[in-house]
Amino acid sequence: MSRSIKLRKGLDIQLLGVAEKTITPLESQQYAIKPTDFPGVYPKLLVKAGERVMAGTPLFFDKYRESIRVTSPVSGVVTEIVRGAKRVIQEIRIEADSVQQYVEFKRMEPEYYDREVIVALMLESGLWPALLQRPYAIVADYDKIPKAIVISGFDSAPLAPDYDILVHGHGPEFQMGLNVIGKLTPGTVHLNLRHGTPASKVFTNSKNVQINYFEGPHPAGTPGIQIHHLDPVNKNEVVWYLSPCAVLRIGRLFMSGHYDDSRLVALTGSEVLRTGYYKVTGGLRVDRLLANNLREGAARVISGNVLTGTKISSDGYLGFYDNQLTVIPEGNHSEFLGWIKPGLAKYSSTHAFLSRLLAKKNYRLDTNMHGGRRSFVVTGEMEKVFPMDILPLYLIKSVLVKDIDQMENLGIYEVGPEDFALCEFTNTSKEELQKIIREGLDFLRKEMN
Amino acid sequence: MKPVKKLFDSVRPHFEKGGKLSRFYYTFEAFESFAFVPPRVTQTGSHIRDAIDMKRTMIFVVIALLPAALFGMWNIGYQHFLALGQESTLVANFWYGFLKWLPLQVVVFAVGMTIEFIFADIRKHEVAEGFIVSAFLIPLILPPDIPLWMVALATAFAVLIGKEAFGGSGMNIFNPALLARVFLFFAYPAHISGDKVWISGLPDAMSGATPLGLAAAGDISLMPSAIDRFLGFIPGSIGETSTLAILLGAAFLLITGIASYRIMFSVFAGGFLMALVFNLWGANAYMQIPPWEQLIMGGFAFGAVFMATDPVSAAQTNTGKWIYGLLIGMFAVLIRVFNPAYPEGIMMAILLMNVFAPLIDHYVVQANIKRRLKRASVTAK
Repeated sequence: MSRSIKLRKGLDIQLLGVAEKTITPLESQQYAIKPTDFPGVYPKLLVKAGERVMAGTPLFFDKYRESIRVTSPVSGVVTEIVRGAKRVIQEIRIEADSVQQYVEFKRMEPEYYDREVIVALMLESGLWPALLQRPYAIVADYDKIPKAIVISGFDSAPLAPDYDILVHGHGPEFQMGLNVIGKLTPGTVHLNLRHGTPASKVFTNSKNVQINYFEGPHPAGTPGIQIHHLDPVNKNEVVWYLSPCAVLRIGRLFMSGHYDDSRLVALTGSEVLRTGYYKVTGGLRVDRLLANNLREGAARVISGNVLTGTKISSDGYLGFYDNQLTVIPEGNHSEFLGWIKPGLAKYSSTHAFLSRLLAKKNYRLDTNMHGGRRSFVVTGEMEKVFPMDILPLYLIKSVLVKDIDQMENLGIYEVGPEDFALCEFTNTSKEELQKIIREGLDFLRKEMN
Repeated sequence: MKPVKKLFDSVRPHFEKGGKLSRFYYTFEAFESFAFVPPRVTQTGSHIRDAIDMKRTMIFVVIALLPAALFGMWNIGYQHFLALGQESTLVANFWYGFLKWLPLQVVVFAVGMTIEFIFADIRKHEVAEGFIVSAFLIPLILPPDIPLWMVALATAFAVLIGKEAFGGSGMNIFNPALLARVFLFFAYPAHISGDKVWISGLPDAMSGATPLGLAAAGDISLMPSAIDRFLGFIPGSIGETSTLAILLGAAFLLITGIASYRIMFSVFAGGFLMALVFNLWGANAYMQIPPWEQLIMGGFAFGAVFMATDPVSAAQTNTGKWIYGLLIGMFAVLIRVFNPAYPEGIMMAILLMNVFAPLIDHYVVQANIKRRLKRASVTAK
């Protein structure tokens, strides 16, 4: 039964640099997989520098859940394993062949196969990590059975790509992907669309799913919020979620037998000269997208959106889960008596700046913190942008003191770091809330298992 | 602003690690970040941040205090010359009051900031801005002629015992400014209660009772007119007399969203409600005054707007804030009507509810937890 849910809390941050609706194919020879992209996965390498791989060859697996493996998006040669502090693997770099070769997986009509066979194929092909789960906001546990699976059919984050463009013309793969996902849960597969705007036929015509409508500002389009309102996660329950782009990739695997990570990525942000959508393969080095395409001055390149994305360098690599690349100015400048200025050009969710009166749209925001870190003083500001029946400040404090009972009581199983992104943005005390929640979830997972 | 920037740049090496004055780094940082919003950029999580910060939040409260403070300065002079029976001008009134206020402010700032800087340097954290608000509040809730050494003592008590002992800004249980006042109230009652202290330079033979004092003594009929009390042409603590000026500040705080409207409205509602109940009871003259007049007497409005809304010592949940404010309003009127020893009920009421705020929040949090458990047991069936 379709549901329609209206959210009042949240915040739409209007930024400059929405992607133009043009699609440009782009190829590169340089790719990398970043193990740090995969939450809850502890990588153990399967390849060495110099080895040949094909698209679909496993690169590493998870030390604690050994069937979870991540495979190469392209065929070519592993050129380098980049390690960071404490020898943590940062990047597995691959130089791609000019003609792509694919590992041949079994083609399947999901209707005729058991759940175990389907799970095994997804694990083997390296598409499994596209499935995420609550609790813990990590790559899904393959030996658990989720009570529901949630797919958000729109992205409400600042400058987010239009999912309609991402799936346009891919109806068969999308439906195939949904059929596969339907086999993974005895419960409902939810496909959530934005209320009031016409969605792509690919979404509205899809079958074997329950289509729901969400209304309201960001984070209405994030799966964590949608799960909370559709089928909240209680203790010992599991819900999985994935993006429509992942659904496409799964559909493609089952239709063609290939691990084909081609996807559209939206190039956005105020510092980009020519925004737009680019047809690329996952793990692409972004320098070709950005070359001669940025404004003067220091810039921050983000794989993902400005609230939850990952900072990368201008020759860094696109993240596994990302369909968006954002470039904004760095904010490493000081400002004389900045705290008392009327603030005509500043953006704030509060009413303490005159810019509020201008009804200005589309800001060029930089990465400045706009202040120093303080204790939590201001109360009630998180609640304004946190559309869950959870007390965010109390949950964060219980995480900070590592009180497991209280964390459970206050709803830790329902949240992921990204749910706190807006709280972090508006936070007057400039705390790093997403980091706090991530550490809390990791701590809890370790204690519970 | 190049020269200022240059100055900071030139002395910074002395305060940084290895410098002669490195132990005072956070004092230096306080001055530097006061002059310049630091160039620090986001490292993890959200790459952009809201332009609001603690400095702006706190400074906005100080701005909201300005109408009450300016009027208060004028009123000190006005009351003074009125009591002496001398003619005076607007400027002379203001100047007289300004000179009474300034030393208080200087002493509070010097004492409090010194302690804040020392603790920041010892604890190695940035200097929090919370005290800026407390520092402007303290003189406004004192009588004009209070000896400066007492003010210094009270400020030190409030900052040390009231705040730093609990871990600094954001951790305190009591509102520090009120703590300073209540310290004086119990340690040196002769200087902060009665009918002699509220008018600066009052001749010994005269009485300068506040409306609250008159009401507590049962002399309701001697009270100044309601309009005088609303506008503030009455003796009292420096910043508390003019309800109008306080409401101007309240409007600023509500429009900018700095203070909680939930607390502010519910304090007034609570006071009104309690006064209404007393009206029905009507055992004495104090109980019979119209409810809205209770709200313009004494420090009620000042407390509701600037003290009860202190986010650290107040309830922190949205539901809790309604309950917290309502109880403050009710207790304030209850205390002032029933206990003539404490004519200033609002001070006691806020401090009392500061203690109970965590308890109120506890029950709001428990309700949230129960809702979640109930949901789980429903799905388990």
